[in-house]
Amino acid sequence: MFHYTLRRLMFAVPTLFVISFIIFALLDLAPNDPTGNLPLTIPPEVREQIRMSLGLGEPFHIRYLKWLQQFFVAEPLNFIQQAFGIEIGNSAERVRIRSWATRSPVVDLIVERLPQTLWVVGMSYVVGILIALPVGIISAYRQYSWFDQIGTFVSMVGFSVPTFFTGVVLIVVFSVYLGWFPSIYDTTHRVTDWNSFWIQVRQMVLPVMVLALYNAAQLSRFVRASMLDNLNQDYVRTARAKGMKEKVVLLVHVLRNSLIPVVTVIALGIPTIFSGAIITEQIFRVNGLGQLLIIAIQGADIPLVQTLTFIFAVLIILCNLIADILYGILDPRIRYD
Amino acid sequence: MRKTSKINNIVRGNAMKKLTIFLTGTAAAIAMTAGAAQAERGSDGHLNILYWQAVSILNPFLSGGTKDVEGSSLIIEPLAKFNEKGEMVPALVDEIPTVENGGVAEDLRSITWVISEGLMWSDGTPVTAEDVKFTAEYCMAEDGGCQQVANFTDVESVEAVDERTVKVNFSVAKPYPYGPFVGAQSPIIQKAQFENCVGARAPECTEANFGPIGTGPFVVTRFAANDVIELEANPNYRDAAKPAFATVTLKGGGDAASAARAVLETGEFDYAWNLQVEPEILAQMEAAGRGELISSFGTSVERINLNMTDPSPDKGADRSTVEAGPHPFLSDPAVRRALSISLDRELIVEAGYGETGRPTCNILPAPEAYASTNVDWCLTQDIEEANRLLDEAGWMPGGDGIREKDGVRLSILYQTSTNSVRQATQALVKDMWQQIGVETELRNIDAAVFFGGDPASPDTFQKFFADVEMYTNNFDGTDPEKYMAEWICADAPKPQNGWLGANIPRFCSEEYDALVKKMGETAPLEERQALAIQMNDILTNEGAHIPLVHRGDVSARAMTLNGVLMNSWDSELWNAADWTRAE
Amino acid sequence: MTDQVSMAPEKVIPPAPGSPVAAEPRKQRTLTADVWRQFRQHKGGVIGAIVFLTIIFLVVFGPSIHGVDPSALNVRERNAGVSWAHPMGTDNLGRDTFAQILAGGRTSLAVGVTAMLLSLLLGTAIGVLAGYFRKLEGPLMRLTDLFLALPLLPLLLVIIMLFRDTLRRSFGPETGIFLLIVFVIGITSWMQTARIVRGAVLSVKEQEFVLAAKSIGTRERRIISRHILPNVLSPIMVSATLGIATAIITESALSFLGLGFPSDYPTWGRLLFDGVNFMQINPSRVIWPGLAISLTVLSVNYIGDGIRDALDPRIRGR
Repeated sequence: MFHYTLRRLMFAVPTLFVISFIIFALLDLAPNDPTGNLPLTIPPEVREQIRMSLGLGEPFHIRYLKWLQQFFVAEPLNFIQQAFGIEIGNSAERVRIRSWATRSPVVDLIVERLPQTLWVVGMSYVVGILIALPVGIISAYRQYSWFDQIGTFVSMVGFSVPTFFTGVVLIVVFSVYLGWFPSIYDTTHRVTDWNSFWIQVRQMVLPVMVLALYNAAQLSRFVRASMLDNLNQDYVRTARAKGMKEKVVLLVHVLRNSLIPVVTVIALGIPTIFSGAIITEQIFRVNGLGQLLIIAIQGADIPLVQTLTFIFAVLIILCNLIADILYGILDPRIRYD
Repeated sequence: MRKTSKINNIVRGNAMKKLTIFLTGTAAAIAMTAGAAQAERGSDGHLNILYWQAVSILNPFLSGGTKDVEGSSLIIEPLAKFNEKGEMVPALVDEIPTVENGGVAEDLRSITWVISEGLMWSDGTPVTAEDVKFTAEYCMAEDGGCQQVANFTDVESVEAVDERTVKVNFSVAKPYPYGPFVGAQSPIIQKAQFENCVGARAPECTEANFGPIGTGPFVVTRFAANDVIELEANPNYRDAAKPAFATVTLKGGGDAASAARAVLETGEFDYAWNLQVEPEILAQMEAAGRGELISSFGTSVERINLNMTDPSPDKGADRSTVEAGPHPFLSDPAVRRALSISLDRELIVEAGYGETGRPTCNILPAPEAYASTNVDWCLTQDIEEANRLLDEAGWMPGGDGIREKDGVRLSILYQTSTNSVRQATQALVKDMWQQIGVETELRNIDAAVFFGGDPASPDTFQKFFADVEMYTNNFDGTDPEKYMAEWICADAPKPQNGWLGANIPRFCSEEYDALVKKMGETAPLEERQALAIQMNDILTNEGAHIPLVHRGDVSARAMTLNGVLMNSWDSELWNAADWTRAE
Repeated sequence: MTDQVSMAPEKVIPPAPGSPVAAEPRKQRTLTADVWRQFRQHKGGVIGAIVFLTIIFLVVFGPSIHGVDPSALNVRERNAGVSWAHPMGTDNLGRDTFAQILAGGRTSLAVGVTAMLLSLLLGTAIGVLAGYFRKLEGPLMRLTDLFLALPLLPLLLVIIMLFRDTLRRSFGPETGIFLLIVFVIGITSWMQTARIVRGAVLSVKEQEFVLAAKSIGTRERRIISRHILPNVLSPIMVSATLGIATAIITESALSFLGLGFPSDYPTWGRLLFDGVNFMQINPSRVIWPGLAISLTVLSVNYIGDGIRDALDPRIRGR
């Protein structure tokens, strides 16, 4: 397993380079433009000057190499410098990756957004898992029972109704008619005491509900399917035949085996926490990483999109690796080497 | 509710005299009415403003986006602003320079501004002529990518005559010398703060770009790009009694409909900007009674451009250029006219714009003295007349009801940017054109691509690889000279100029070119107005485009927020210092 | 049929799943007939099939029964409620909602099912190949990583920019866009299926019956199709069900961005999206398209359950 991990990690480096190059080429090819959202009163010649000042006049490979240098040398050095308070080289001359729309270092923007994304999207993922596991298990164990039918119905509706719809429904019901929860997430809110914690909880309820419903719907289907597969296996019958308690059969034998593919699905979903939930973040104005990405894409803010998507790529590859390793550990039948 | 604006008197000559008197009068009046109501600075607590397009940066020289310009207008100010009627009002000066008061040179080649006495930056240092001079240098620096540099066109130099006097010299005679330092697009920044941020170094000054020191009513306490700005009252604001609000939150993100909901239905916010949503949705939200919609009209016109050149893909590199030859059917004046009069503009307004739109046949609908009334023939829908025109021109219905002549079918590819109101308008127009035997294929393109101008993309509005396309355009301030010059032959987009021309319909008329040239040499106001009207009439009569709707701006304010004066000529937040909380 | 699990088959040692010796020669029965017989006993599956067929019937023949042109405008009658002329009311331009749902269903179902099949095909093929052949695993899984990492929106913009005009010229605007959308959704949504299928294959291929099949010299193609595939069917079925919903919704997102069908071309996702802001004025604008999508997804889900159970040799053939 260790050997396998090492090999995978070694493979990851060239893969990431290829990915970064393809993303960069894709963004370069894409037809949107950083001056696209400016008012039409700004004349075309000025737009051309703006493009030149952003460095768009340079050839493609130069811009790519510059980004590589900034991402792999300048930003890490800067990070070390900030973390340990030591001066390495001439930091004033070091060019950081700057977003075109805000002109501020991309990394600072990302760090600024992490808290709200983790709070809302991360929490909804956890809530989603906590709902999906019991629902999926009971649904499979009592297949075609009332519970299963309702669970299936709710999760299918939850999955097939998009978040742009559920979000607005929840706002209309809970913010407009009932007035229980705010419809807009206040990113300036700081939790200092119980009272402010309560406010934080209230403003998180609606977005977390929307996302958790969606996540739980998807995940519970996988849990149920995987449980059903295992419930029909011979070892279950053997265990029952040995006179084991049903609880032990279910929660120790079946569940453990069933969770193997589920763990993969969960691990694979972790990068999506960081890439945020674009639509839900927009609806509730959570303004996390998802909103940062979509605004950057719409405004053709290439340095920001490139950096964000590359970070997501790293996360995706890491999580896939983790999922595979977990898979190997949990399921002794799987042999990678 | 036609506005009785007197926006037009901002040019030289005898009109100047009227202007000066008028300006000082209104400015004082506004100050009086707004000032009387409030007690002291910061007494009204907290103000919540919602811009659904989040502010990215507070330096409008580095981002010309409307949201960024308006956000920064709370903090930094120009020498003079436009009020809600489009009149220039002094901000950092005591009076607007004119030829009469000697502020504008007789030869129109310089303008001299005198900064008010005792004016201070929010950090307590005095505002000097050096700051103004520096602002011009900052924007005109090489490699700075200043997005407002068009305001400094023809500026030769800016000199600081003394502590408070600054003189702008132009290289040519400027009948309208109020480009630099007027309006939210051209504010004054502090030299001390931005001194090391000139030219290529401009983007590196994140701290200054996110928290400029200004003269406006508020100062930044925290700025999160594309998310939220927190501000507090400027302790050194020039009026000791203002602003009434102690703190402000300017939140961004989301969409227009939910922004309207946050003010009108849930009451979480006090002010929401730019709510272009279907009128019935807004009306239903407004009925909740927590807030009200406010609107005003500027110079925006939603128009359908007709492509005068052949956009057929067969033309290869010449596609949609003059070299490709005239358009197979839009080059026929009868077709262009029929397309225009077959439209029921009232209906389009009713379905998509409500109170915030008016049917128009003018490409130059405001200021009022510039607005033509000669082309109102297109205001009434006349399907019969349209059919008659087409019959007469030899376009006869084919087997499927679509008109054709010599094998050319009246089949139109109609593109616009993605926006639910635009798509509704597209559907209505398609239906109306169907009634005169014209077939329409609709296409909508993401705004960032459509308006992006990327020369590699086939979908930009400049390339115009379609038969007709719809969007809104307007001009800043109140002088239309630059705007009307967009339709000269030489300015047609083509590969040779990187598709950068402004003459999107590829309209070309010697008569029109001559008028444009004449306007550039004409100074008296009445003559300029007459010229502009004449040009507007040519464009509509010749059918360079089909003007549809004179669009207003619409925002929402909470019932508890007083003092808002909706403004289409400057930032909507232009008088935020006067806003107060109602009891 | 409440508790299938406890009624597990009473055979002593079940033969290799799906292996030809499974069925005792009681009567001459084909596998298809067997599966069909079992499927008919699956209540959920049958109801799902009926609902799904009804939906298909409605969207295919509905427009000729409810003869209203879905794109006919009547601004004077906009935002109307339920009436005989408009059984589901009208939208903000006076278009008949029922006619739009019927017309939109054709597009949505066609896009949803085709795109789902394409993505399923790609995902299963890549997943099985990567899981079964160790040599292919590295490259294929890195390809999956690459597709997972690509930013979707710029990718779509590029694809549309490169291919739209070519397709429009060769297939006409509607078929051209249809192909493009199916292609775009298909190639951007197969990754999760591939990952999950690969995981399942990895664990199945080490089981005894596969080893047994190998040892008796079964060809690899046959091992995959007869032994591996039937055993990884349940995650595939889940992916298929979820895939239809995703495809229908993604299509709406595409048209909203101006990358999909023209704006006057109704689809369920688009109707729902356009209706959201009108929810308080005219609830029927969101209820019906939402219901249509949910019913489709639900019915496909139950059909999937039925097929999976029917194909499971431990349940079938009792």
